[in-house]
Amino acid sequence: MGNRLERLLDSVQAATTLEDFQTATEKTRALYRVRHVVYHWVNSEGERFGAGTYPDAWVDRYLAQDYLRMDPVIFGCFQRFTPANWKDLDWSSKPARVMLHDALDHGLGNQGYSVPVRGPNGQFALFTLNHEAEDDVWAGFIARNGRDLMILAHEFNRKALEFELGEAAQTVPSLSPRELAAMRALAMGKSRAQAAADLSISEHTLRVYIESARHKLGALNTTHAVARALSSGLIIV
Amino acid sequence: MLRYLHAADLARHPRLAHSMFTDRADQFARRLGWDVSVSDSGEERDAYDAQNPLYAIWELPDGRHGGSMRFLPTTGRTMVNDHFAFLNDGHPIESPFIWECTRFCISPRADHRAAPALALAAGELMEAHSLTQFVAVFDARMERIYRRMGLTPEVLGRRGTGSAAIGVGLWSMDAAAFAPTLARVGISRATSRRWLAASLSPLHDLAIPA
Repeated sequence: MGNRLERLLDSVQAATTLEDFQTATEKTRALYRVRHVVYHWVNSEGERFGAGTYPDAWVDRYLAQDYLRMDPVIFGCFQRFTPANWKDLDWSSKPARVMLHDALDHGLGNQGYSVPVRGPNGQFALFTLNHEAEDDVWAGFIARNGRDLMILAHEFNRKALEFELGEAAQTVPSLSPRELAAMRALAMGKSRAQAAADLSISEHTLRVYIESARHKLGALNTTHAVARALSSGLIIV
Repeated sequence: MLRYLHAADLARHPRLAHSMFTDRADQFARRLGWDVSVSDSGEERDAYDAQNPLYAIWELPDGRHGGSMRFLPTTGRTMVNDHFAFLNDGHPIESPFIWECTRFCISPRADHRAAPALALAAGELMEAHSLTQFVAVFDARMERIYRRMGLTPEVLGRRGTGSAAIGVGLWSMDAAAFAPTLARVGISRATSRRWLAASLSPLHDLAIPA
């Protein structure tokens, strides 16, 4: 799983066209063996853009019925920064239940998990997995994969922002001197204790710089982050 | 009980929310003398309360605020990145797994369970959201409370002197801290998890009679 996920993250990062982006949602679906994967965003101008595996008939239906106005997933996630298991959202209104049944009729599963991501200037996006499963099975799936899905959501969003910003987008992340020093020490094979001693900081503090660097590099874990820092030329050993 | 509420959820708990913001005014403006703004209704709020933060709140039996803290992910706008950028050489600290924790407040009405309950809340959030640690802004009193809770904050910098001194640093709650903390709150881990689940699922959020 780890290696396949690293390759998936690499392919998201390498996407240069909307088609690549679409392919990445399909690869995500294959990796997690779920019914659907959707990345959906509203940019700073209120324009919508999406990529994903929902059937065209459902996308058309969603737009025709203007479900965006009352979709509990959109409303629920807009007001939180933590991911949502769809089951925990408020489906109590009649229009919400009508939409849910309509979605099921169009081939969506009964479970969902959406990760809200916010970008600069009010940009808002949702990264969603949809599946058919029992409640406890879905809860177990989320518990096992929640961290990785958070990382994936941020990578999809980073790429979407690049598309929006065009040439202005940074393709090489900007790491701080201490983040770079932490990456360099690890790349040289030093232990965390040695790396912390070299930087004259505690291991607790070192962990912040490593984690922040991991995120900026869009990596799955520390090893992956070091590999990306090396391959992008950010550090030289 | 502990409640975990996003800013948008506070409207459903007006008594709890108002007493939290007035207790914050009492602690940060009156007692500590921090340069914070207090509204005509006596509430202390800042720009980060408008960023959709998550609050962990210890609710007293009468429905009022006993203690609270405020969380925001460092991927968005945060106080530490806006005001304490020296922490990372002027660059933001940024990860969905590092949250900032600010406005740690204990009410004068609070029982002795408030502080350990908030430590517990932080531990539950760390586990539920795979957090590596919190980066926090705190005063000297809260630093002592953190230490008493066994949370060993690591102070990375300070600003100001005396009661107005503001510290910024890191802390986390390790697995080993759960048992003593639960004992101080007087509840089981199952109850703690139920409180978290109830807050994140408003449909199952049974109102407690005042």
